[in-house]
Amino acid sequence: MPKRKDLETVMILGSGPIVIGQACEFDYSATQGCKALKEEGLRLVLLNSNPATVMTDPGLSDRTYIEPMTADVALDIIRLEKPQAILPTLGGQTALNLAMELHEKGGLSECGVEMIGADPDVIEVAESRERFRRTMASLGLDIPASALAHTVEEAIDVAEGTGYPAIIRPSYTLGGTGGGIARSRSEMELLAWKGLNASPVGQILIEQSLIGWKEMELEMIRDLGDNAVIVCGIENVDPMGVHTGDSVTVAPIQTLTDVEYQAMRDEALRVARAVGLNGGCNIQFAVDPRTGRRVVIEMNPRVSRSSALASKATGFPIARVAAKLSVGYLLSELQNGITRKSACFEPALDYCVVKAPRFNFEKFAGASPVLGLEMRAVGETMALGGNYREALQKALRGL
Amino acid sequence: MTPLTTGIPSHPGGSVKLTPAALTLDDGASFAGLALGGAVRAEGEAIFITAMSGYQEVLTDPSYHGQIVVFTTAHVGNYGTNREVDQAPEPQVAGVVFHELWLPEAVHWLSEADLPEWLRSGKVGALTGVDTRALTLHIREKGARNGVIAPLSDGAEAARARARAVPSMNGLDLAVRVFTKAPYKLPCGLAPTEEKPVYRAAVLDFGVKRSILEQLNSCGLDLTVWPGDTPPEKIMGESPQGVFLANGPGDPSACSYAVNTARHFLGRLPLFGICLGHQIMGLAAGGKTYKLPFGHHGLNHPVRDEDTGKVLITSQNHGFCVDPDSLPSGVRANMWNLNDGTVEGLSWDAAPAFCVQFHPEASPGPHDSRGLFARFRQMIKEHDAQA
Repeated sequence: MPKRKDLETVMILGSGPIVIGQACEFDYSATQGCKALKEEGLRLVLLNSNPATVMTDPGLSDRTYIEPMTADVALDIIRLEKPQAILPTLGGQTALNLAMELHEKGGLSECGVEMIGADPDVIEVAESRERFRRTMASLGLDIPASALAHTVEEAIDVAEGTGYPAIIRPSYTLGGTGGGIARSRSEMELLAWKGLNASPVGQILIEQSLIGWKEMELEMIRDLGDNAVIVCGIENVDPMGVHTGDSVTVAPIQTLTDVEYQAMRDEALRVARAVGLNGGCNIQFAVDPRTGRRVVIEMNPRVSRSSALASKATGFPIARVAAKLSVGYLLSELQNGITRKSACFEPALDYCVVKAPRFNFEKFAGASPVLGLEMRAVGETMALGGNYREALQKALRGL
Repeated sequence: MTPLTTGIPSHPGGSVKLTPAALTLDDGASFAGLALGGAVRAEGEAIFITAMSGYQEVLTDPSYHGQIVVFTTAHVGNYGTNREVDQAPEPQVAGVVFHELWLPEAVHWLSEADLPEWLRSGKVGALTGVDTRALTLHIREKGARNGVIAPLSDGAEAARARARAVPSMNGLDLAVRVFTKAPYKLPCGLAPTEEKPVYRAAVLDFGVKRSILEQLNSCGLDLTVWPGDTPPEKIMGESPQGVFLANGPGDPSACSYAVNTARHFLGRLPLFGICLGHQIMGLAAGGKTYKLPFGHHGLNHPVRDEDTGKVLITSQNHGFCVDPDSLPSGVRANMWNLNDGTVEGLSWDAAPAFCVQFHPEASPGPHDSRGLFARFRQMIKEHDAQA
């Protein structure tokens, strides 16, 4: 399946302002995506409200709009530039949310604009906790016991069932904003209220706590011909309970047997297939170190912080490949620029990669320095080493 | 002799005894490290594998019989060992070389013994603390070659002489050393039903992995496993409905007995071959095999299936390969390796037969191609319906 002929102009959504959980990783991926699509001779229109980014540099796109990332502004640009497609998967959660808003308001269908990279249905399965839960159940995959709540009282009722500590996860938020771990009823009252306010739809998920379980991530990429590869497996050194963005992480995965790893890989592929993924995606699993029981935590149908890490860790250009897939290519038709071999392969590492978070609590008076579900790191270092110890120490020294 | 310190990580190993040793190749190149235990020596063809997990499956795979396996991944042994994943009752490799073997206690709920202990009790010559990247680059450049693991106290000249004395893999029949000496039966244990009858299949053993037998069993095949050199008439005595040609070590062209058996069955019964079995089927068709410079050993090889257009990520372990130009008409190379364009699968136009160079049973490796076992079963079913 070669490049689609019906696309001339593609609109790319950037990641907007730099906030905790969404920093230069997305500038890196959107820039890579712009270059990849430019090579295909497409006319690119970029929307990003943040001028302090590489992606907004002159020459990367044909038209660059430094405007607020709102549905109204995006729609005006769409009417003016008449793109055939919009690519929302390279600009993090901000871009994904904006695309969903445009879709829900009917703006995209009105202007005949197609969402590429991830269609609204894929995004909804990943983002709506309830649909995600249903999809996983239909695939026979294990998930933590959970239920939705729309009021503080409902939240307390649910937590009585799952027991304390219980996890609070607000729907449609970024970097775990508004999430937390309630260890008692009184903590639940406060955290449920906070979570309900943080969610743009006033909805939170109360979930069984998996604190202390191993936390694993798979960065995968899939094309519409149903070819899929796992680019990188990442293991969190901090177990469940600390946000991935705040965790020290290591690649490749160090403590799973091949039987466990391949079973997890199979599950990731089934999820990607079931939601119809086209492009990059990140799937997180928790593994009970005492029994090996494995549950699916979440998936992000877009290029994420971890994919930027995985790209640099393995030399596999995830954003570039994802952008090419979004305009119709198959994985086997693309080449990895480094190895000069097919992009349809799974990198094998002979080194370790460690990511360490950078905290700046001294600059945020009033912010609690206790790590939890809400990301606190303001940056990170990544180091390669011949073994884990070397990579860890380099990463820590880099802070 | 001064103790060797450079290039060896400070293992937090405590009580594990390590001896300064080296892997010396027949071209004189030498790679120093620390050997596990006392004066353990090993010799064989040195090859590298890029797998990041599944070390125990590799070390017990009869296809690696007599080889010195170099793991390129940084850490090996982290999750200990468990006999459930053994591919054969005992370790098969001649020796093993690690960048860093995990010496402290393994922390995993399934671990029965730590890898160093497992290697010691299996009498596998193991070398750790080796610059495996330099070694791998050397093998990639100069090709897989024979070598020995020996204590430094043996002396460099003696090690080189021993490495040069190791017999070449070319023309070497290693299968005969690992296949079963007597036939045995492995019923699938599934109750046959109207919709899903159980069929009888013969397995020609050249060093079959346990996981292959499990996969064949689990798709509803009762198995009789025969020594690889069993004459076809004897196998026919059990009236099998399909024949499977197993994986195994060594040079396929040295297994003329098996080539003749495969030729006998081609066109008569459904045939499926994996790895060495694939090469033997290629030879039986009239094709030729050749030795790859450093082989394919890893869990990440992309293979395109021309019949479906799909790419499978496969587990591979082979040093020899079927030459596509040598194949007669009627035998089609229908699967190709995307990395180096070598043949990965064959399909017969007029006979119910197919074979693959890679390992659909995985163990270790991705499960993308496990459906091939069901395809073999389907082939038997269709052939049986016509008969």
